[in-house]
Amino acid sequence: MKDKHFIMFMAPSLIAMLLFIALPIVSVFIQSLHIEHEQVIVTSQSCGPFGCTEETSVDAEATAALKEADPLGRFAGFQTYTGRNHLATSEVANIVAESSSVGEFFSDLLNLRFYKALSFTVAYTAVVTPFVVLLGLLIALAVNSVTPVMKGPTIFLTLLPMIITPLIGSLVLFWMIDARGILGASLANLVGDPNLSLKASPVLTWIMLMVYGIWHSAPFAFIIFYAGIQTVPQDTVEAAMVDGATRWERVRYIVIPHLAPLVVFISLIQLMDNFRVFEPIVGFQSGANATSLSYIIYQDLRGNEMQLFGSAAATSMLTIVGIAILVSPVAVKTWRDFTRKVI
Amino acid sequence: MTVRNMTILAAAVALCTAPAAYSQTCPIETDVTGASIRILSNDFPALHAVNERAQACAGSGNEVSINATAEHKNIQVAALTANPAEYSVAVVANGSLVPLLADGLVRPLDDLADKFNVPQRQRITINGKTMAIAFMANSQHLFYRADLLEKAGIEPPETYEQVLAAAKAIEEQGIMEHPLALNTGVGWHLGEEFVNMHLGMGGDFFAPGSAEPAINNETGVKTLEMLKSLTEYSNPDFLTFDGNTTNGLWSAGQLALMVHWGSRADQITGGQTPDDIGQNTVLSGMPTVADGDKAAATLWWDGFSIATNVSDKDAEASFVAMLNAIQPEILDSHTDKAVWIIEGYEPGPAAVGVQETMATGATPYPMTPYMGILHGVLGEELTDYLQGSESAEDALDDIEQSYIAAAREQGFLQ
Repeated sequence: MKDKHFIMFMAPSLIAMLLFIALPIVSVFIQSLHIEHEQVIVTSQSCGPFGCTEETSVDAEATAALKEADPLGRFAGFQTYTGRNHLATSEVANIVAESSSVGEFFSDLLNLRFYKALSFTVAYTAVVTPFVVLLGLLIALAVNSVTPVMKGPTIFLTLLPMIITPLIGSLVLFWMIDARGILGASLANLVGDPNLSLKASPVLTWIMLMVYGIWHSAPFAFIIFYAGIQTVPQDTVEAAMVDGATRWERVRYIVIPHLAPLVVFISLIQLMDNFRVFEPIVGFQSGANATSLSYIIYQDLRGNEMQLFGSAAATSMLTIVGIAILVSPVAVKTWRDFTRKVI
Repeated sequence: MTVRNMTILAAAVALCTAPAAYSQTCPIETDVTGASIRILSNDFPALHAVNERAQACAGSGNEVSINATAEHKNIQVAALTANPAEYSVAVVANGSLVPLLADGLVRPLDDLADKFNVPQRQRITINGKTMAIAFMANSQHLFYRADLLEKAGIEPPETYEQVLAAAKAIEEQGIMEHPLALNTGVGWHLGEEFVNMHLGMGGDFFAPGSAEPAINNETGVKTLEMLKSLTEYSNPDFLTFDGNTTNGLWSAGQLALMVHWGSRADQITGGQTPDDIGQNTVLSGMPTVADGDKAAATLWWDGFSIATNVSDKDAEASFVAMLNAIQPEILDSHTDKAVWIIEGYEPGPAAVGVQETMATGATPYPMTPYMGILHGVLGEELTDYLQGSESAEDALDDIEQSYIAAAREQGFLQ
């Protein structure tokens, strides 16, 4: 395709991406470099139905004047990023200097809000992504060998976990794992510990969230692998059968290499999605045991009466950086393949 | 006078007094017409009643629209910053008024309040200016099952130490496991429990006149220790207990002692609660703690304020509609929905808990501009201590450091 045609073809998408993705990211980045103006506080009497007290309040006119002069706020550079609620550079330096063992280092580090959230987010991504790929592949191979009559209904049922809205799905599972819910009670019976509570223990909560994540995303991998399996060249498979290859050998030497590009594709999508895990944490109300980067952004914006825009903006930028780091190996490989082909 | 003339006179008098029959339910009159009244409020029965009356009493020629949503706190600042404001009336509480004050988004109501004779008790004044008109009060208080306490042979508790003893007795006698619950759900609710207990211990949150935090001291440690002791008698899932969960547990007969909002008392004793539980539920004032003389609770008022960025005509029409809504006439059909701060209100059985809490002189929730930041941080950072992975002093230090970082961002500290 000529370059000019390519540009015209891509132009609408490029313009939309520029307006709705690139510019907002630039705006969020600029906001993350600013903090609010110094608030002008006055002490005065405040009275209500319960009596009068001395109370501090913000001088609205003086603050409004400051905002008119400089709407973005005070420029603070990367202060928000290095502050305690984000990368906490000085606190981490202290911890490195003062901790005597790796265990102590980690427990002090995970005390900091950002690193606590990062630890769960990375663990979730690292566990859910490979399991989703594996489970999707297994389900696709299994469904492929179902009798044609049952294939339609089987595919529909397999897709259901992905169709259910994440928040609703996680709420349903949350109620089922309650100590009085069907899963929670069965598990307590099985283990023989009547006080087993899946919601109270951090380890079990993490496992529950990851199980939910795998359950919810496996259909996505399944449907892509299933489509890929339909394109496996049949003559190669028949030739292998003639040569006496077992079922497992056929899968291992023909089907899986054929699906390799799809594995890369699914891993990429899953890495990006899992790093932004959020709905299960809200649905499971597990903010005490597991927080993620998206969840702490939500807490900054919705947690209380005051919305901390600068802090949320900084965490958003750090999430983008995190995803870029995760995706970089694939991007580098694709670039190398591209430049090699040009030669 | 002939019969015919008398009939005409009687008809004329009847026609003249017909408007007076209308003004029976909407006693305050105004001649403002063609105004637009747009109300933003929270979403619970008492406010539904107020909004309905405001709509009925809006006056002829004025259009009314209502948005009653639990998300009101999150949308109010942006909605009222617009010019003209999206809403002319914001129904607020102690906490949610503060961000509106800071940005100057609500107007002083002194002239309107004087013009329509609003009682002083209902005026919320900041720095001498009336910024909101209050109409109901709320607070958390104690609920207990009289039958279970009797079975265990315990007197109704009046201090938190007695609550602990009661819970212990109920557990030891095998009557109920995990008999106690507070709203300890991580987030705003957990923060609120700390705020209540700390005030009951006589503690302060900030150094006087400044935004520096002052909770990392002996009082703070005692507050945390009391909270931890209380949660030991709660189900281990206590960090997921928001208001709805504790409500559900009570109705399911899984609790003997609970701390919950007075505005929920109606729901808890009626509706979906089985009779044997509902009838044995006793509402009592919030306990005191550590030999304090005031209840370990915060008092909340709900009221309305008028946006700055609306025309004076809209402002006056909105004020009159809302003022009409909260006249004593509302008590005719809605008296049980809240603890009203209205003349002629007689507290019903659902209001006993809040009344007793108010009588013990509990503190109103502080309307300090940076209180919201501390409240949010408390809700997030207390979980480590309550789960036993951190000491009380470390937890308080973490909270203060986290708060200082957030307060610096918001310009309250340098």
